[in-house]
Amino acid sequence: MTLAVSTPYTVPIGFMDALQITILVLVAAGATAVVLIRQPVHQVLVLSAYGILLAVLFLAFQAPDVTLSELTVGAVALPIILLLTLAKIKKREE
Amino acid sequence: MSPAQRRWMFGLGMAGLAAFYLWGMSGLPGFGNYPGPYGFVILHLAVKQTFATGIVSAINFEYRGFDTVGEEFILFAAAAGTGIVLRRLRGERDQSATDEAADREVPATSGAVRMVALLFTGPVMLVGWWLASHAQANPSGGFQGGVILATAFILVYLSGEFLVLKRVSPVALTEAVEAVGAGGFAAIGVAAVPMGLAFLTNYLPKGQLAGAVSSSGTIALISFFVGLEVGAAFILIIGELLEQTLLVRQGDRLCSTSRSWSWPGSSP
Repeated sequence: MTLAVSTPYTVPIGFMDALQITILVLVAAGATAVVLIRQPVHQVLVLSAYGILLAVLFLAFQAPDVTLSELTVGAVALPIILLLTLAKIKKREE
Repeated sequence: MSPAQRRWMFGLGMAGLAAFYLWGMSGLPGFGNYPGPYGFVILHLAVKQTFATGIVSAINFEYRGFDTVGEEFILFAAAAGTGIVLRRLRGERDQSATDEAADREVPATSGAVRMVALLFTGPVMLVGWWLASHAQANPSGGFQGGVILATAFILVYLSGEFLVLKRVSPVALTEAVEAVGAGGFAAIGVAAVPMGLAFLTNYLPKGQLAGAVSSSGTIALISFFVGLEVGAAFILIIGELLEQTLLVRQGDRLCSTSRSWSWPGSSP
């Protein structure tokens, strides 16, 4: 049996720790920002950016499959549904 | 209760929470320390057994395929539920949506949005198919691929209008694709039973080269069907939400233009 792929790469010692700590801090800041913003449209946009941050977090913690799920659902699908809903509500109010 | 008493209560509650939290945290295994045996066993065996280098997919669609069937049908049930709850009831008048009516005022879609949406529709669709069909070789899978496929149709909505979205993804066809996706997964699993194998046994030839597109037998096939199901389900749910504005209840509970609307039966 042979493998179709091999990944012989290394990163400097301590690099992953630094990356993980940085992204954890960024995620905490992003989550706080999502909660504090009161304007719905702005909140959705920040939520989408926060989804991307979370995706990077999962990547830094070696879970590329969760990264893909988070990118598609957290950064794209959920904001789309929220934005469409906001657009519809706005139209109805006019 | 005076503010001072309230603060005291809050302080007491927070102290209790902090104590329990720290107690719980102190019992956790160390950071990055994995105490269970299954992860190591799977890492050791998965590629040899399934010929899939996307080990997450191998786990999702083979080792715990039975769970995944259940998860698949959660989404199926969600899409069906959205369709049923938002269907037209007797006594509801069907009104054309503001963005669908013949005499609507079309809000001008900016050229930039149209351009970007058109530009990305093709590539997004390609990425979606690629993810859904390469679950056996990389950490993608039918779920992620399906959501991205659905995004391509949202881009069509952004670049054109609701009617164009309806033309490129007719509800009947989308529903059929969703049913084929969900049913296909179950059928692949059931097909193992007449051969004398357990439900969802990987009975297809697994190929020679681990990680190749044609490897891994039923894993790749199941991922493909999951992609169909998830993509169609998302399109259906979003389509239902887009159409939902349009139902107006007849009679005195007319509420389409009112901001404070009430559930039927509740007193206004």
